[in-house]
Parts: sequence; C-alpha cells; structure tokens
Amino acid sequence: MSAGLAAAFAATMPARRPVNLSRRGMFAAAGAGLFLGLAIPVRAPRAQGAPGAALRHAGKVNAYLRIAPDGTIHLQNPFVEGGQGIDSAVAQIVAEELDADPAAFVVTCAPPGEDFRVMQGGNARFTGGSFSVRSSFAHFRTLGATARAMLIEAAAQRLAVPAAALTTAPGRVVQGTGASERSITYAELAQAAAALAPPENPPLRDSSAFRTIGQPLARLGVRERSTGKIAYAIDTKVDGMLLAAVVHAPRAGAQPAAVTNEDALKALPGVHSVHRLPGAVAVVADTWWHAKKAADQAQIAWQALQGPVMEADFGADTMLGRLKAAAGTHGNTAEEAGDIAVAFSNATRVIEAQYDAPYLAHAQMEPTSATARFNADGTLDVWVPNQAPDIFQASAARTAGIEPSAVRIHSPPLGGFFGRHFAYGAANAHPQAILLAKAVERPVKVIWTREEEFARDAYRPMALATFRAGLNVAGEIVAFHAAGHGEGPITRHFGTGALGTPAVDGSIMEGLTGKPYRFATKRVEFVPVPHPPGINLGFWRSVGHSMNDFFFESFLDEIAAAANKDPFALRLSLLDHSDRHRTLLNAAADLSGGWRRGPFTAPDGTRRARGVAMASPFGSEVATIAEVSISEGEVVVHDIWVAIDPGRVVNPRTIAEQVQSAAAIGLSSAMYEAIEFDRGEVATRNFDTYRVLRRDRMPQVHVRVVESGAPMGGVGEPGTPGVPPAVANAVFALTGQRLRSLPFAKTRLSGA
Amino acid sequence: MVELTVNGVSRTIEAEDGTPLLWVLREQLGMTGTKFGCGIAQCGACTVLVDGQATRSCSFPVEAAVGTQITTIEAIETHPIGRHVVDAWVEAQAPQCGYCQSGQVMAATALLATTPKPTRDDIEAAMTNICRCGTYNAIARAISLAGEKL
Repeated sequence: MSAGLAAAFAATMPARRPVNLSRRGMFAAAGAGLFLGLAIPVRAPRAQGAPGAALRHAGKVNAYLRIAPDGTIHLQNPFVEGGQGIDSAVAQIVAEELDADPAAFVVTCAPPGEDFRVMQGGNARFTGGSFSVRSSFAHFRTLGATARAMLIEAAAQRLAVPAAALTTAPGRVVQGTGASERSITYAELAQAAAALAPPENPPLRDSSAFRTIGQPLARLGVRERSTGKIAYAIDTKVDGMLLAAVVHAPRAGAQPAAVTNEDALKALPGVHSVHRLPGAVAVVADTWWHAKKAADQAQIAWQALQGPVMEADFGADTMLGRLKAAAGTHGNTAEEAGDIAVAFSNATRVIEAQYDAPYLAHAQMEPTSATARFNADGTLDVWVPNQAPDIFQASAARTAGIEPSAVRIHSPPLGGFFGRHFAYGAANAHPQAILLAKAVERPVKVIWTREEEFARDAYRPMALATFRAGLNVAGEIVAFHAAGHGEGPITRHFGTGALGTPAVDGSIMEGLTGKPYRFATKRVEFVPVPHPPGINLGFWRSVGHSMNDFFFESFLDEIAAAANKDPFALRLSLLDHSDRHRTLLNAAADLSGGWRRGPFTAPDGTRRARGVAMASPFGSEVATIAEVSISEGEVVVHDIWVAIDPGRVVNPRTIAEQVQSAAAIGLSSAMYEAIEFDRGEVATRNFDTYRVLRRDRMPQVHVRVVESGAPMGGVGEPGTPGVPPAVANAVFALTGQRLRSLPFAKTRLSGA
Repeated sequence: MVELTVNGVSRTIEAEDGTPLLWVLREQLGMTGTKFGCGIAQCGACTVLVDGQATRSCSFPVEAAVGTQITTIEAIETHPIGRHVVDAWVEAQAPQCGYCQSGQVMAATALLATTPKPTRDDIEAAMTNICRCGTYNAIARAISLAGEKL
C-alpha cells in the first residue's frame, strides 16, 4: 500500500452528521460513498519507526496495559491479528522495554478511539500496507518503558527507597543483589503503578542490549489456532440472535423490487422474515442453515438499477479491451529523468511489450460476516472483521443513524484478510446486519456464502502495462519507458483528489515506480482507465506491486534477452549505485547455491531453469529466485529462494513465515487466479472455478533475512511480488516462452 | 429427531434431512471449532472425522452421520493420535490465521491413523485442504513430526 493510501487514512475522525433514514439514505449508508467525508487525503511524510516521531499516545499506559493478579499482561493492540503475527510482535516490543516475559501477554484488538491512533503522527489507525510494526515500534517501546518506570516508582514508594535504587527483572522490580536481593512482582505493583502519572521520556534500552526484540520467539496463540479455540467474527454468539443469509443481485446495481414467493419462504422451517436490502434480499431465521435454504429458493424480481452499477454486457474480455485501447495514450508523469524522446531517437534498437493481470479475489478462508445488536440504552454493538475499527465505527453509526460514540466495534481475529476487510461499501456485511437487527428488533448475524463472498469482494483491479526500452550498440539501456493503465482502489475509494498533482494512483503504479535500477533516461506514466462502478476495487496483498513487479521484472528479462545479457548480471550492473540492493541480490543467489540460470537437468531427471526478480515494496527490499520445470503444459515450481531486507527486525521467525505465506499467495496469483465476468455477473464464485494454490503445487521456500539497519520496512506483503516474475523468468529460461498475461494456467507451456 | 454420537457423547437434535453436519455442529451443538469455508467440499475447513475418516461436513447430510462416531476438533487433544498432531502443529508453529487449521488437523489425524510414516506423496494425496496463508510447508513438517511420535 502506498504512501498515498496511508495519508488518505490519516484523517479518520468520524463525521458527525444526521442520517437520512429514507430508502435513499439507507442506500447511501451501504453504498460506495462510504469513504467520502472520512478522509482528507494529504501527502504526509512517512517519518515513523524512529524514536522522536510523534508519540502522543505512548504515555497512555492504562489505556493499553493491564497486569492481572496472576501476572498475565493484557495488551490492547491497535492492529488486528489475522495470521501475520502482529499480536506477538507488539507484545515482543513492549516486553523488551517493560522487562517482561513475552509469553505472559494476552493481546486483543483495541476498540475504536483516539488513544489507539498510533500511525501518522498519532492520527490514524488501520492494519495494512505492512505498516503495523514499523509505524508503532517507537510507540510500543516508549509505552513499555513508561510502564516499567511507573512500576519502579510504585515499588520505590512501597519500599520507601529512591527509584534509582531499584531495577527490574522479567516481571518484577528488584532491590539489591545476591543474598540481599528482594523483589516485588509487577502483578503486586500494578494497581499502585496505574495510579501514578506516567513519566515523560522514560529511558529506552540500547538496541545492542535487546533481549526479546530480534529473537525468533514463538507466536502467541498457536495452540489455540491448532485446536479450533479462536473465535472469529463468524463464530460470534449473542443471546437471542437470529441468523441471516443474503442473496445479492446477480448483476451489481440491481435492486430487489419484490420477493414473489415471500409467503412460501416464511412457511419454511425456522424462517423468521424476509427483507429487501440495498442490492440484496435477506432471509432471517433461527439458524443460518434455515436462512440459507430459504434464501436459495427466493424468487426475486430485480429491477431499478441504482448505486454502483455493473454493465449488462460486461464479459471476460471487456475490461482488457478497454485497457488495450488506452495503451499508448499520453499519461500523467509518475517518474521522469532526462529527455526520453531524444534518448529513443539515439537508440539503435527499441524493444516493446505489453503485460496484463486480471481481477483477483482475496479468497480469505473466513467468509465475510457481521453481527449487530442494538441495546436498550440506545447503543449498538457490532462484531465485524475489519482492518480499521474507527472507520467501521463511523460507517456503522451512519447506517444505524446514531452517534459514533454509541457504537462499539468488536474486532475479532481475522480468518485471513490480505486486504479484504477495509471499509469497501457494499463489500462489507455490517450495514446489512445493522439494517436487519433494526428491522427485527433482535440481534442478527449475517453470514455470506462463499458464492456471495466471491461475487461481492473488492477485487485487485485488472491492469495493463506497456514498456519500451531503447538500447545502444553495446546493448546498454539508454531509454526506458513504462506506463500503467487502470484505476486503483485509491482512486475508487478516496477520489481523484487523493492522487496529487500530477494525478498518479499509487495503488495502480507502485512497482512500476520506485524501482532501484538506474536508467539514464526514463519516463513512467499513469494512464487512468476507469473500471465499471459495479466492480468494487480493493487492496490485495502487496497491492500494485502484486502485478507491477511481475510486469517490470519480466520486461527487464526481455531486455536482457534482447541484449544477450544474463538477467542476474544485468540487474547487478543496474544496481551499481546501491550496496544495499547488490548485497541483497547476492544474498538470494548465495542462498540458492549460487546463481545458475540453466536450463539444467535435476537429479530427478527433469529439465529445470531459474529466474530472478527484485521488488521494493512497503519500505523493504526483496530479491527472489525461483526454480521451475514443466509438467503436462503447466509450470511446476520446485524451490523459491527469497532474501528480504526489512531494515530492522523484531522477529526473524515471523518474517520467514510471512515470506512463506506471501510467496504462496504470489505463486497462487501467478499460476491460477482470475475473477471472470460473464454478462455483467461474476462467473467464478467458489474454489471450484476460482483456483488457488494447494499443497501439491507448493514449492519449498527458503528465506534469508538481511538486517541492513536501514529504516524499518514492512514484512507481511513484500514476499509476494517477486515470485510471479521470478517464475516467469525461469519459464522463459527453460522454454523460451515469455508469459505476459496472468495467470499462467491459461497458457499451455511447451515441454522443456 | 436425530441422534448423533459426537466426541463420544450421545446428542439428540432436531434437524431436517439434508442439513449438513457442519451446521448441526456449529449451530445446534455450539461447536464452532469446525469452520465453514466453501460449502461445496472444496476447501476442507469443515473437516471432521466420521468413523475415523476425514469428512467434509459442509456436504455431509446429518442423517448419514447417524450411527457413526463423529470426532471434531473440540476433542482432538484427547484423541490418541490427534494430541500428537496438535503438539506437532505447535512445535512447527503451523497456523497463521488459523481458520483452516481445524480441518487440516483433522485431515492429518486421519492420515496418520492409517499411515503413521507418510511420504511426501502420501501427504500430498491426503492433505488437499486449502490454506490461503500458504502454511503448507509448515503443515507437512508438522505431520512428519507427529509421525515420529507414533
């Protein structure tokens, strides 16, 4: 996720305005206009992670920490846990400065509120953009140190000694040493410490003395996650609740005029009521299965297109056709160096290529759900998978027609997210749950079927990139031109006003921009091409990088082939100015046993080759090498070697796990994934037609973490974008076939 | 009225024929450790053991479960093989988000019951459950670890 998005989230104070409860008002509340008024995008600098950044919430110890009598340390996390290990990471950071056992922590996602806006100088809060650790590292260190100082002060008062005479050991304040040592546990001191004023500027540990930060500690909650004991949003149970199943319009934008067999549905077992919602019909019943059975039988008259509408004739090739038609259009400048026209006129050879990538679903394993309960005191509780509680609070308040302060948002652990659970208007289920709870005057849990999930996700947008490179007689790159085409989720959800001047959508351009290679003359531009309003657009793990690094790094290999150069050597030569990148590239090669492009024959007799790619996503640097063979016309990836430099490390084990995970989803997207449309409807609506990576095609993934000491970067997403181009480049090395259109599965590969 | 034996306990519930075992477990017996993922037996998040066989409960009608021994994730730590599987899952730190892992643990338990020392091919053939976090390698490692304890 780009700086643009981070900035766009910066101003998230809920707008307090009355809500029109007319049908139109209800529609607006549930529709795509949801983001408007929430965010005043500004391009703010990203000076975070270092002590000295605005830490205006780091002294609020009592808002974050509670040490129970049994010694358990309860920590409120501004970020939501969804497998990326953020609960464990924040505990590990706090534990370092607090001087406590990281395993003693119980971490929960904090409610909405000012105190937990730790990002963007203390003004924003969301889980995304691989921002969590790097945006809160200084905050949590200071918070832990502040709490430790308060515990020491409480002990000093109890013992009637100066605080300076005391120190700490994990979980206790200590006086004296050896035989005369005495100590008081944090648990015993917690109540007294909580009553003290937090000190300003508590001393932080020197990083050379870190004992928990930098260690490969086990994540919290692994046993619970292995035994079904985690309660996700879909598992929410509220006394007296009813269950709802929804059927969305087959074509987005259609509204339910009538349910013609409503009486028959109501006579089915367990059915409570049938409701028309914006763009959907809901059946409410005593169990979800009863609701779903009835919803399957609903006969719905769809009409009156309203809100974000899908085109009736939108098919498999419609959007790609528009993107291709726009190719060559002059775009807005994203990056520029030198006079590109002159440089091309001096080139002895020009090579060109066009690449495209499809719409992708998040396909997280937990289908979307939401539970809403109105309380007798006028407040509303909402349990909803989300990556930004404050924004969901504001959204829920607007739908309910009450003040945000009257809404409690509960943010359970996520059953995967990958960008799925931002406020995406009609892609979220909580407006439906709220409207239904209001209508039936009982708590309601809405659960989407997998088919509804696929049909109403906010997709990674389809996009197209064009490239042109001018070479001189020596095969050196003298001119480089790239153009990204499409519309990203930043444009869609924050408006063109968020794009800056000139208007560049980072969510469609990152990865074409921000590359480390030095070209004497280059131009990178953005060509806006809108998607139909009825296709919701979202942030998908590594966002623009997920496709653009595939485009760019594949084309770089095309240049190497045209210039008759080794692709690894070409990259090294283009990184002559950057020790950091050359070190990383060499680390990946070293991890793989030395750069070896092939083709070669593996011990099992298969013909194989390797490809390489680099990416610079979310403040981290990544070099990826993949080894492939071909079986029955399809690529088989055997090994992936990833060297990642996130600057600084909190937990190397979690980083390696996140790279495994990111590589898997990157490979999945490269090989199989595509949302398809047919006559305006989503045609790929379950895992039978939306193919994802399974165990049988999972390669070995080898990870080396390189801690360069650069400013801390992200970890959750950066492992993704290098994989598709490394695989494509290996396929080219093996077969001579250049894959320019994702996913690979639609191209039958020749045997090697 | 349907009588089921779930984790060794006899349970009587009301459910129409055709109701998937998954929703009986989740909604009528309150056992939400078994997960809804796809509803068409594709992803395996809903895997339980029916007479020891890994079974995708989202597509398994409740009437077919009558007279069988149903084992769910809630009882896995008292299962003679399952408890080793869970220990291995923890040791390998297999789960990330964890949503698919109930089904993965059940599928691995069924595999190890018939094949205590599974080969890579055995694991590939038996473990077809989808994990969107891509924990497949950690899962394979965990299965091997568990096999060593059996």
